[in-house]
Amino acid sequence: MFGKLTLDAIPYHEPILVVTFILAALGGLAVFGAITYFGKWKYLWTEWLTTVDHKKIGVMYIVVALIMLFRGFSDAVMMRTQLAIAQGSNAGFLPPHHYDQVFTAHGVIMILFMAMPMMVGLMNIVVPLQIGARDVAFPFLNAVSFWLFAVGAVLINLSWFGGEFAQEGWLAYPPLSGLAYSPGVGVDYWIWSIQIAGIGTLLTGVNFFVTIMKMRAPGMTLMRMPVFVWTILCTNILIIAAFPVLTVTIALLTLDRYLGMHFFTNELGGNQMMYVNLIWVWGHPEVYILILPAFGIFSEVVSTFSKKRLFGYTSLVWATAVITILSFVVWLHHFFTMGAGADVNAFFGIATMIISIPTGLKIFNWLFTMFRGRIEFSPSIVWTIGFLITFTIGGMTGVLLAVPGADFVLHNSLFLIAHFHNVIIGGVVFGYLAGFAYWFPKSFGFKLNEKIGKSAAYCWIIGFFVAFVPLYILGFMGMTRRLNHYDNPAWQPLLVVAFVGMLIIGLGIAFQFLQLLVSYKQRNQNLDVTGDPWNGRTLEWSTSSPPPFYNFAVIPTVKSLDDFWRSKEEGTADVRPTKYADIHMPKNTGVGVVVGAFSFVFGFALIWQIWWLAAVGLVAMVVTIIIRSYDDSTDYYVPAAEVERIENLHIQAKAKQGQNHVQ
Amino acid sequence: MGHGNNDHSSSGHSSYKGYAIGFILSVILTAIPFGIVMHPMFSAGTTIAIFLIFAIVQVIVHLHYFLHMDLSPESRDTVVSFVFTAIIIVLVIGGSMWIMENLNHNTMIMGN
Amino acid sequence: MLRMVHHDDHHGGHDDHAHHDAGPMKLYGFWIYILSDLMLFASIFATFAVLRNSYAGGVTGKEIFELPYVATETAALLLSSITYGFAIIGMYKGSKSQVINWLLVTFVFGAIFIGMEVNEFHHLIVEGHGPDKSAFLSAFFTLVGTHGLHVTSGLIWMATMIALVAQKGLTPANKTRLLCLSLFWHFLDIVWICVFTVVYLLGVM
Repeated sequence: MFGKLTLDAIPYHEPILVVTFILAALGGLAVFGAITYFGKWKYLWTEWLTTVDHKKIGVMYIVVALIMLFRGFSDAVMMRTQLAIAQGSNAGFLPPHHYDQVFTAHGVIMILFMAMPMMVGLMNIVVPLQIGARDVAFPFLNAVSFWLFAVGAVLINLSWFGGEFAQEGWLAYPPLSGLAYSPGVGVDYWIWSIQIAGIGTLLTGVNFFVTIMKMRAPGMTLMRMPVFVWTILCTNILIIAAFPVLTVTIALLTLDRYLGMHFFTNELGGNQMMYVNLIWVWGHPEVYILILPAFGIFSEVVSTFSKKRLFGYTSLVWATAVITILSFVVWLHHFFTMGAGADVNAFFGIATMIISIPTGLKIFNWLFTMFRGRIEFSPSIVWTIGFLITFTIGGMTGVLLAVPGADFVLHNSLFLIAHFHNVIIGGVVFGYLAGFAYWFPKSFGFKLNEKIGKSAAYCWIIGFFVAFVPLYILGFMGMTRRLNHYDNPAWQPLLVVAFVGMLIIGLGIAFQFLQLLVSYKQRNQNLDVTGDPWNGRTLEWSTSSPPPFYNFAVIPTVKSLDDFWRSKEEGTADVRPTKYADIHMPKNTGVGVVVGAFSFVFGFALIWQIWWLAAVGLVAMVVTIIIRSYDDSTDYYVPAAEVERIENLHIQAKAKQGQNHVQ
Repeated sequence: MGHGNNDHSSSGHSSYKGYAIGFILSVILTAIPFGIVMHPMFSAGTTIAIFLIFAIVQVIVHLHYFLHMDLSPESRDTVVSFVFTAIIIVLVIGGSMWIMENLNHNTMIMGN
Repeated sequence: MLRMVHHDDHHGGHDDHAHHDAGPMKLYGFWIYILSDLMLFASIFATFAVLRNSYAGGVTGKEIFELPYVATETAALLLSSITYGFAIIGMYKGSKSQVINWLLVTFVFGAIFIGMEVNEFHHLIVEGHGPDKSAFLSAFFTLVGTHGLHVTSGLIWMATMIALVAQKGLTPANKTRLLCLSLFWHFLDIVWICVFTVVYLLGVM
């Protein structure tokens, strides 16, 4: 009746988990209590949970991402603490099977449930505004995508409290992840949360690709798009091409586990190397999916805060396109040591080195943009400078690892760990945080406290180096990854330094949460009244902060690159339209939440092999979609008078601001 | 480049004639491969080459007669995206086969 | 039909570009989704290619594939493709009955295809050649089965369309959906060409 699910699944006997659960439950109760106390349930449902507005969906993605950042970082805290003490006779506090769950969780959470949603969130908020559109191509699909992702995030976190977390590493290689060696539900939680969230990501990819290709404002040719939009376009191409491979690979593992097939088993013809091959066919494009948007963000930030046009726009676009194609010919560098031989290794090694060239070109473009610019030292620029230094080093260690001979020594050592954290933290995280600071005022109408923001950035940059340079050294000294204990005393001092680095990063994260609180309290002193707090160059800054729900009362006609800058120079930026028209908008709907809820039932039931419940969940999802297709009134018109009223509020606010300033 | 206005005749290029030609071509391109495999008249290598080529041709027949893909400017976006996908597919399948061939050989995996 | 019909209705005063282009944009979006589905099949094809000889001492393709049977399945699917085309012609003519009738015929051919495939699978499993018997069989059942699941989903969608068109007529939304389903259905026939070539014909050589 309940499959494998019994009360034994709840880990009463693991104190860390019990305490975590109690804290999470208390936190959850506090949030629920606050919403009830302030009477905000209806508001939450009508304005946020049922929204199809890309700006709000983006905010929800980022909220989940920030919670997951906290979650993934606590795993890092545990690992660094354990390794700082677990030398020789000291076993530390995390036994192997526990430590395995922690490093698995750290990877899964940080990449798939922190970095991806942060990126998708920024993409959601910014792209339609930057191309002069009112929303994405398929707003309802956008909402469904978010809820599928959210369900995936809930499922993977549930595994701590009912069952077990996966212990097989973030990519769950067989045969370890097969039924024979991992009969518990950990891998199944991993499978279904990633599959469900992955569908959401794929749908997002289709949505944004179509949005960018078909919904740009009149006059915005491809070569007049902001670089951020170019990077997002290429990112979505990668998502569309790569995520199906992940879906299949995990599905084959699932078939082995659930139906006794033999894709990756030890007997009857299974081939585990095929899993490794396929998962990295996805895995390598995945890291480009993460980094390209960051490159786009830096392009925007660097030109805005250098008060200069971006250097080499065309070459940046071509570099992005080249990286997109090349990301499909390098994947084997993740498993040079698996034994494909010299010819194969040489091909992929050379290809890997080639892909570093367009990236290097971009670095020069950003540097040349800053050269002779008038740099405004905002937190976003601090993140950018941190990125330029950090990511370049990380890229260089990557080129070192691309040499198969070197990789044979360094594969799966801490050198590798240091390299990918170098590029992920220095590139992806710094980029998304720069973007977060840059576009926060657009989303919420007030600026973030700059002092705390810069402190956070400095802590992250310094903390990164203190935490990871020791790991580079340890890699050369022979320490491998995923160790929970070691005997070599020479390693310990370096691990203690790394522990301190982790604390500094932790301080940086604390500063960021502090920044949110303080900025919220001080919001009235930092209001963004004009909608253009940074004297920006691109279209999103021509709207109010936050923009009206329809984004643009009149769709702009674009005449050049950096069109908003052009219109400001020509004095046409503040021209009031002579006439407003009715605006066609999609209605909010609860169907996304419902589909998400049923997908949760489906996933949970499959994990615990409650077959009847899984069938119910699946059928319910399909029926919900079919019922939705019978709904003929999924959109409405905003009357022109209402549009005019909303626009006038913004125009008046801007005028008041203008009167208050000495011109 | 913002809006895609597709003002064409209302038939949208679907016609009985088009489907009929596509159908007949597909039948030929299916029957012959099945025929030469079920009643071998060439060497194994030749037979395989023939039906592989016929498969590719039949895919193109379907793309043109049933999915109305052609080289006109309106079709441009769809054709480019299809060609891009096809390239990636060749890279993924071809690359995987090359890699796995080498891996299997070097690691002396049993029974493959 | 990848280039869609476009009617120039003018709603006075409405800034309506998005509304007018909703149909072609949905079709374009669905085409992009189809390309991702192609990647899905490509991954399974890659797996099949790698495991094609992993018989583990069990049966080979030559021993279990029956080409006349597969030819009949192929005929059913190919016929269903043109009957769907006839439904689309009916849609452009504005004939609700032609659409529904040809959708029903298409459904029957599709159901025949699935029925035959289920029968083939059942037959193999009871004879002891199920997907759990070797990597080759796992790959075979998964590749052909995934195609079959897609066709089945198409049939469910088709049944829904028959109901929707019967109840609401050939509305713009329904026409867009019929065109999307058309893309899906033809794409599945294209994948089948690859399946019968690579799995059955190659498997028997």
